[in-house]
Amino acid sequence: MFSRRSWTTRFRQTSGRVRDDNMMQNMVGALNSALDIILRENKDTVILGEDVGKDGGVFRVTDGLQAKYGVDRVIDTPLSEAGIIGTSIGMALGGMRPIPEIQFAGFMYLAFDQLINHAARYRSRTRSTKSIPMIVRTPVSGGVRTLEHHSDSPETYYSHVGGLIVVEPSNPYDAKGLLIRASHMNDPVVFLEPTKLYRLFKQEVPDGSYEVPIGKANVIKQGDDLTIITWGTMVPVVRNAVEKKGANAEIIDIRTINPLDESTIIDSVKKTGRAMIVHEAQLSFGAGAEIAARIAEKAIFELDAPVLRVASASLPYPYPGYEQYYIPNELKVSQAIDKIMSE
Amino acid sequence: MQIMDEKGSIDQQLFPKDVDDNKIIEMYRWMSFARALDAKALSLQRQGRAVTYAPLVGEEATQIGSAMAMGPKDFFVPNFRQHGVFLVRGLPLDAFFIYMKGYEEGSTIGKNVNAVPDIVPVATQLPHAVGIAVAQKYKKTGGTVVTYVGDGGTSEGNFYEAMNFAGIMKAPVVIIIENNGWAISEPRKEQTIAPTLAQKAIAAGIPCIQVDGNDVIAVYKATKDAIANSSKGPTVIECLTYRMSMHTTADDPSKYRSDAEVDSWKPKDPLLRIRNYLTNKGLWNDSKESAMADTQLKQIDAAVEKAEAFKADPKSMYQNLYSYMPDVLKEELDDAVSANFWQGTG
Repeated sequence: MFSRRSWTTRFRQTSGRVRDDNMMQNMVGALNSALDIILRENKDTVILGEDVGKDGGVFRVTDGLQAKYGVDRVIDTPLSEAGIIGTSIGMALGGMRPIPEIQFAGFMYLAFDQLINHAARYRSRTRSTKSIPMIVRTPVSGGVRTLEHHSDSPETYYSHVGGLIVVEPSNPYDAKGLLIRASHMNDPVVFLEPTKLYRLFKQEVPDGSYEVPIGKANVIKQGDDLTIITWGTMVPVVRNAVEKKGANAEIIDIRTINPLDESTIIDSVKKTGRAMIVHEAQLSFGAGAEIAARIAEKAIFELDAPVLRVASASLPYPYPGYEQYYIPNELKVSQAIDKIMSE
Repeated sequence: MQIMDEKGSIDQQLFPKDVDDNKIIEMYRWMSFARALDAKALSLQRQGRAVTYAPLVGEEATQIGSAMAMGPKDFFVPNFRQHGVFLVRGLPLDAFFIYMKGYEEGSTIGKNVNAVPDIVPVATQLPHAVGIAVAQKYKKTGGTVVTYVGDGGTSEGNFYEAMNFAGIMKAPVVIIIENNGWAISEPRKEQTIAPTLAQKAIAAGIPCIQVDGNDVIAVYKATKDAIANSSKGPTVIECLTYRMSMHTTADDPSKYRSDAEVDSWKPKDPLLRIRNYLTNKGLWNDSKESAMADTQLKQIDAAVEKAEAFKADPKSMYQNLYSYMPDVLKEELDDAVSANFWQGTG
């Protein structure tokens, strides 16, 4: 795979020196800093969830925040996913801005009804007289040898309903900026944090507040021969595969799964004539299918090769012993690049 | 707890001090209004002029007694049958009928009404009620949240999770179990072997009480007391009432319950006992009754007329999904508008 060192250096500025008002942070640190800023900015904001207080969350994303802001603003709740999300929806209806944490995405299905039936619909069913300014944070995806149910990539489930904004950062800078942006919006945001990327590498992150736009994809590498659309844990995998091959590929990290930044994708595909989508979630009915369909609708006559999807097998996430056979790796991406370039 | 029995006699010891004859007349008027509204909604549905409707007839005391116990700062979170509560809380009648015609615009609740619109999935509104109560406490508004769930709803996980959350967060919330005996075709005894539904609160460490849900004064007192105590935390009130009609217009109760059972509840009609009380005291008579009915019907008809004039705007489906209009959604909307496939469907 790839080394931590190479990723750390890759994100440094060319001067090789960290600016005084910037910090080298991993994603956990960047998210913690974002939450600190959000809590400071608006006193109607509260964090709630299992172990988020004294323990600082099982991944330490909320570390130190309860000590700083008190037990009324960083709240340890009972083990009750529907209760956490349902109560958060109520808090939002009552004029607060809750940031619930669900400990793992695999446990969030207990709150699925609250998200689909209520959070997603409240604004439209009341014709914007009520809104749900809520950010649901949860760790997603695998590759870190966790027990069963701790490694799901559920972005499609929450994107399909409409009404939920679904965001997934792939680096510390985006994580902080997207979270702060979400806190300024009046929408329910499902904020997916790839467990594997939490501490994988550090990056230069501004100390203060800044926003990364939601609904806007990020072209992380320019290229002419091929467009690779990806997000989350697959971003470093794609990047390494492309670099090792020296492929002239354009890489798009979509960052927001729903609503999709379609125009960035279509513009790129029209330029390169080839499109490949790489995601960790299961292949069948995944977000890749949605993106492929949009490319087919808007750019099929400009394609030099059929659209290609690279994803995990169409089956539920396996036990950790099998995950390396399940998740797409650099080799799989690399072979897919060869295939699409040979068409 | 019962304060007024089926004949209209009063238990003086329990009788709340803030209830006088004027208030009892007001209760009677609201209960009659709720019943008249119910009849109208049912008739519109039968004429094909309204969508599926969940009648409230028989449950007026539970709804009006609790609604009148709420103060201006208090917040109301319904399930889907609490049309009587909405009436008292001041939801515009035409909004009710726009909802009944099947449009979201009927669920727009102005800032002057502390409520959320009907929640159809059973018991999932209870955590919201708890969250709204937490917000009242956090923002120190002094408001209490009153929410409703049916007997069937007490079997849902959300009911337990909400009670547990409310307890641990000391949320100022009153959970009213509107136990009308039936969850569509399943009688109360098929929901649980627990002798009462109120006692489920005990496991969550929450005070609870069971009241005669057809006694508007008992419901009023229980709710008023619970609201007064809400700074200490939640209360669960089980109101024993009876669904005199169908679950919704989509089912036929004769398939699953006997006429004899329904008949046995007729003498317990919540309006009957209060009418007896007022008549015995010389405070009510037939001419007052018909004058009241006339006024209420006129209000209802005017609201129906206003609702009939409502014109749907399909663009509003797209325009109210997010706080902004995403390009991909705008394209769908623009396509729909330019293709004009909505023509002739209004």
